[in-house]
Amino acid sequence: MSFEVIVFYLFAGLTLTSAFLVIVVRNPVHAALSLILCFFSSAGLWLLLEAEFLAIVLVLVYVGAVMVLFMFVVMMLDINLAEIRKGFLKYLALALVVVAPMILIIGTVASSSYFDMPRYSAAVKQVAGHNNTYEIGKELFTKYVWPFEIAAVILLVAIVAAIALTLRTTRQLKNPNVEQQLSVERDKRIRLVDMGAE
Amino acid sequence: MMNELQVITPEMTLAGLGCLVLLVDVFKREESNLTFWTASLSLVVVCLLVVVWRPDQPVYVFGSTFKLDQVSSLLKIFILITGLGAFFYANYYFEKFNLKQSEFYSLAIFSILGMLVLASAHSLLTVYLGLELLSLSLYAMVAMDRDSKFAAEAAMKYFVLGALASGILLYGISMLYGAAGTLDLIELKTQGMAKDSDLLLVFGLVFVLVGIGFKLGVVPFHMWIPDVYEGSRTPVTLFLSSAPKIAAYAMALRVLGEGLVGLSAEWSQMLTFMAVLSMGVGNIAAIAQSNFKRMLAYSTIAHMGFLLLGFIATSPGGYAASMFYVVVYSIMGMGAFAALLLVVSPNNSDEKITRFKGLSLTNPAASLMFLILMLSLAGIPPFAGFWAKWFVLKELVASGMLWLAVIAVIFSLIGAYYYLRIIKYMYFDSDDGANSSICWSRSVGTVFTVNAVAILFLGFFPGILMSECLKAVLSSIV
Repeated sequence: MSFEVIVFYLFAGLTLTSAFLVIVVRNPVHAALSLILCFFSSAGLWLLLEAEFLAIVLVLVYVGAVMVLFMFVVMMLDINLAEIRKGFLKYLALALVVVAPMILIIGTVASSSYFDMPRYSAAVKQVAGHNNTYEIGKELFTKYVWPFEIAAVILLVAIVAAIALTLRTTRQLKNPNVEQQLSVERDKRIRLVDMGAE
Repeated sequence: MMNELQVITPEMTLAGLGCLVLLVDVFKREESNLTFWTASLSLVVVCLLVVVWRPDQPVYVFGSTFKLDQVSSLLKIFILITGLGAFFYANYYFEKFNLKQSEFYSLAIFSILGMLVLASAHSLLTVYLGLELLSLSLYAMVAMDRDSKFAAEAAMKYFVLGALASGILLYGISMLYGAAGTLDLIELKTQGMAKDSDLLLVFGLVFVLVGIGFKLGVVPFHMWIPDVYEGSRTPVTLFLSSAPKIAAYAMALRVLGEGLVGLSAEWSQMLTFMAVLSMGVGNIAAIAQSNFKRMLAYSTIAHMGFLLLGFIATSPGGYAASMFYVVVYSIMGMGAFAALLLVVSPNNSDEKITRFKGLSLTNPAASLMFLILMLSLAGIPPFAGFWAKWFVLKELVASGMLWLAVIAVIFSLIGAYYYLRIIKYMYFDSDDGANSSICWSRSVGTVFTVNAVAILFLGFFPGILMSECLKAVLSSIV
């Protein structure tokens, strides 16, 4: 067993264990932390496949940004565990009825010859100094530039929609209304108060 | 050979003008109508660009993720025209209700951009991105009516179910990619032809069909339609029921007719099931509705079921018939929602079907136009809605599915009842005072008249549009 295979099994085992923990631990904060561990070990798997760009993006975006926000939300919400567990047995039978055929169907397809190893060729080893980030960038801005730009427009729409839906105040323009300024009369600005001599 | 950037000029222009609309909206004066005019003008400009650059032969650009062909050009023209109509109606509504809904126009423009992307998609990647751009803008537009609980419910349902459908679609696409090793539709087609009984491809196809079914709104993926149509503001519903349907047709044509045509035996079976159920559920449930928007929502479901029949024929003629159907439907549907938009007012925003009682007395011109639209929706000759049904049925019979055609006709007959009921309310019932204050501005009156006359015109000369559709399909879908 080469060193690479050992590392693979280490990361793969860690990914599976942490993913399993996400759904079984009682505390939601622990679940979120396990998910972070899961992302970390998946990033390790990407590195083994020489996809260093994806590995780093996974850590930066998911661990750094998404999961931190997730943790905020989980910690801010006061989650009542007893409330969640209530009715577990009641719905278990129904859930099993729904889930069992799904597992059966997906299992039939997934375990058939369509997912056999021989169908997929092994990843090609690149020479030392091969730049994965460079390759992705080149593909993204040549062959896939059209989908890439569409994705940018989707993000723009997301911003516009978020602002349009949350901005509650009536809009106030900062530019002066010239007509209103010119039509101001003396009486509207000055109030003369008769004080009387003392 | 056209330059790659030249091919996507209409889309680039629309994206740029969409940003311009956003900026205009920030800097315009509060009371001016500049946003609306900029947005409408943008659509006109882009429509002209699409017309100018109509190709004879399909052109593939950007690593063949984008395909410009006659089908996409024709669909884009109609998407832009129906979008323009929706803008005029929306402007009228917002003015009447004194609402400041300027984001409506920019979001609608981006949504239309998504539809254009979808119409020329030639890779599953662009299909998905176009769909997301289109839906994301629509979710926001539905949610825009923030003070209404109905709108919040509608937006929530639409968003959650839409996200679920997108996820399922994406899962299907990943399966197709796993089986075929490509996202390109032409390569997918050759792969699908080569191993036509590949279980994994069929597995992916099922999930992709769920996504398409959700976007078209056919049974059993129709649950969101009545609630979303009822909950959102009328101009949003109007927009929702016109142009996006054309885009959903484009998506179905690209994915099923082009990419997965090798699996047509499988998907036509599933579509038969969906089509018959849609026509049944849509037409029968519509009878029971008292809200006009809900009634039209179920009518949409029935019409989309009918549209699928053209796909089941799996011939170029069938695709062309469906294309004719979707174009005619989006024009008719727009007009039908516009009729509601004309009668509601801030004082009386009742949306019941009884609202149209005695409309012929208070506003004879509007009710005549509405009569044309309703008869056309019911599929009564000589209006365009009849020809749409006729072409689909003709293709269906030609491909040997007489029983399906008979079922379709029976359900259409059932459906005619609720359209004729509206006509009865308009012409044979007396006004109970609800409609005494109907006023319509000259501009929206013109748009409504043009809308109805277009249906009348297409009814007398259906061959013009149909031959264009057939030519487009034959030159683009090989």
